Amino acid sequence: MSETDLARRRTRRFMVGAFVVAAVAFGVIAASGINQNLVYYWTPSDLHANGRKAYGATIRLGGMVAKGSIQKLGGSAVEFDVHDGKSRVHVKTSTVPPQMFRENIGVVVEGTMVPGGYFQSSRLMVSHNNEYKAPEKGHPVDRKELERMMKSVSEDNS
Amino acid sequence: MIPALGRLLILASLFTAAAGALIGFVAGRTRSEDGLKWARRFAYAYAAIIITAALVMVYALLTHDFSVSYVAQVGSRQIPTWVTIVSLWSSLEGSILFWGMILGGYIALATYVTRGRYTEYQPDAIGVWLACASFFSFLIAGPANPFHTVPNPPLDGPGPNALLQNHVLMAIHPPFLYLGYVGFTIPFGFACAALIKGRMGHNVLKPIRESLMLPWIFQTVAIMLGGWWAYEVLGWGGYWAWDPVENASLLPWLTATAALHSIVVVERRGILKGWTITLIQATFLLVLLGTFMTRSGVFNSVHSFTQSAIGPTILVFLAVALVFSVALLAFRIDSLEVEGRIEGAASREAMFLINNLIFVLITFTVLIGTVFPLIVEAINEKQMSVGRPYFDSMTVPLGALLLFILGVGPALPWGRATGYQVQRALIPPIISALLFVAGGYALGARGPWTLLTLAFGGYAAQVTIGQMFLPMRMRMKNGESAGSAFVEGQLRRGRRRFGSYIVHAAVVIVIIAIAVSSSMRQQTELHFARKGQTLQASGYDVTFLGIEQRQEPHRFSIIATFIVARNGKELARLAPRMNHYQSMREPIGSPDVYSTAARDFYVSLSNVDTLNETASISVYVAPMVMWVWLAVIAMALGALVALIPTRSVVPSAVRDPVPSDAQPETA
Repeated sequence: MSETDLARRRTRRFMVGAFVVAAVAFGVIAASGINQNLVYYWTPSDLHANGRKAYGATIRLGGMVAKGSIQKLGGSAVEFDVHDGKSRVHVKTSTVPPQMFRENIGVVVEGTMVPGGYFQSSRLMVSHNNEYKAPEKGHPVDRKELERMMKSVSEDNS
Repeated sequence: MIPALGRLLILASLFTAAAGALIGFVAGRTRSEDGLKWARRFAYAYAAIIITAALVMVYALLTHDFSVSYVAQVGSRQIPTWVTIVSLWSSLEGSILFWGMILGGYIALATYVTRGRYTEYQPDAIGVWLACASFFSFLIAGPANPFHTVPNPPLDGPGPNALLQNHVLMAIHPPFLYLGYVGFTIPFGFACAALIKGRMGHNVLKPIRESLMLPWIFQTVAIMLGGWWAYEVLGWGGYWAWDPVENASLLPWLTATAALHSIVVVERRGILKGWTITLIQATFLLVLLGTFMTRSGVFNSVHSFTQSAIGPTILVFLAVALVFSVALLAFRIDSLEVEGRIEGAASREAMFLINNLIFVLITFTVLIGTVFPLIVEAINEKQMSVGRPYFDSMTVPLGALLLFILGVGPALPWGRATGYQVQRALIPPIISALLFVAGGYALGARGPWTLLTLAFGGYAAQVTIGQMFLPMRMRMKNGESAGSAFVEGQLRRGRRRFGSYIVHAAVVIVIIAIAVSSSMRQQTELHFARKGQTLQASGYDVTFLGIEQRQEPHRFSIIATFIVARNGKELARLAPRMNHYQSMREPIGSPDVYSTAARDFYVSLSNVDTLNETASISVYVAPMVMWVWLAVIAMALGALVALIPTRSVVPSAVRDPVPSDAQPETA
């Protein structure tokens, strides 16, 4: 075996080793990055089912604005309840509600549960396509439609 | 009548593409000249048939022939003519037909341009192109057929998706995106042909590079137009949200950009052949993945206007293309001869390697973040998404590193360099780096990443400008006049090099503009309780003039008018609006922007009360936004300069074994 062959093989081994190390490091960084930045798509029922986990996690909460629950406070602050027919969650938001915001409309709020037992939202979105109808008495909420709505309201549409 | 004609044309295109693909592969195997001739004829025939089919659809749309199912679905007599033409790609079935039409155009163009040359690779390349074409013709003929007959045609239709009607950019963005996406089929065909033949000689590099560059230009512009559209329409003051559909357009662009660089290393050093082919195949596969993501309804996003059940069909094609690509690579990669090796760590080729590594890392970052929620959902039916901070925190350092390499790479010589050479190349640009940082700091930039980006940007700018005019300076040193040195050194002989450095210079501007505009954006929410009220936002005075309601044929608009002033001087009148369309119950907001070279003043209407004449708006003031759009256009123009073939001084018989532009410096 010539010397250059040996050197070349050593270089190659070094390159492969470096590549593996880099790939593993990248994988670890990416995985932890994803883990820290997950956004959960939950209904009020999911939120209650998840208990403590709802505090601090980024949640996109989808449901209907409960009838008679909207309270306008000073400035742009609004409080209301979001429900899915089974459970409800009290929401406080500081953003200006969009034009079509009203009772009995499908909304998606993004934020997290805070101590005090309410949902603090930094973003209030109203469904553009009115596929989600208010659950009628006796009819269970259509979970598929609700999930569709949570996805369809865009990240950037506020 | 029209529906039957349309269906006939689609079936004919399916037959032509399938037969042509078969002939191409057989001709590639038997090296039959007649076979190649016939493969070419079938390629032209396919293009003619599918383009005719698309034109028939345009005719049906323009004549409001509601007996055609697609026209009944998206047509309307109430909408302007440009919206009618745009509806060709506003919904799924039409957009796949549009895809077929563009694919036909590309296949005909590629077949024509390469006719009589590259005969070793051409039959297999045509085979691959027409095989892809058969798949799309199958989609049009079956699951996404726009030419169904409507038994009782309605008198009028609903019109296309309102978001598409809301802005004229929606007429331009999709064609560019398709011209990019679909065009990547052509280099994929050449790359597969090179693998099938087990050879990647110098003569096949030119068609690969050029057929990759052309769709890359369209894709570059398309990504920018998509961001610009989001900025002008969606009203959140930004242009990029790492939305799955945005990512779908970015992913193939990243691998294509990497491939455009690795090709240069193949040309200069004869290495990275298999790697380059892998990147080109990955580009095509990511195009299919992107099509699956946007066309199947697995993601619902503001950008995905069409969803249907063609998802599984595309997924099957993606799987077939993936298996085909991997198998070809596995069996043939060893037959690609390696001609050289990397000499040292401080060399141009090593920097190309790092550049490729960064592009691949960004691709993986975006791919994982985009696909992860799908995988989770498939496994345990939990719904989630990956938030923007993940993408930002991963891509910002990689982007900064890329900018750094963009500066260091072109400064270093090819092959082995002495320590003195390296020092002389790398130290002077530090001056510009410091100048940029000082300038940015003086103008208010404080974020560490912003300042780092400015430093790398300044460094890269000095290197790029220096390299850009190197041929001209050399000629002038030898006594040529400035004019002749420019024409001869930049435009005639060194055109590819010149174009490449224009792209690099534009990239420096784009990255700086993105960093500055996103990190220094200010947001204010204003609530006007009455007409004539003046409020402050980021040092500007905003006066609310009032609300106007306007009825147009296809929509009803509520328009609020504001005066933007600074130091008592009126700068602009802005009129953000809310548009109500017949097909949608909820209004769509339309922000208004006052753009200057220094900064954008962006107003989005969040709430209006027409009775009491009150309005709430969000104001965003962001510097340098305009530079993003302009610099991306400069990127595309630079690439176009590099793409225009250099007039050859050598007779063509001598030219083929060694490319005429034998001094490619960058891609």
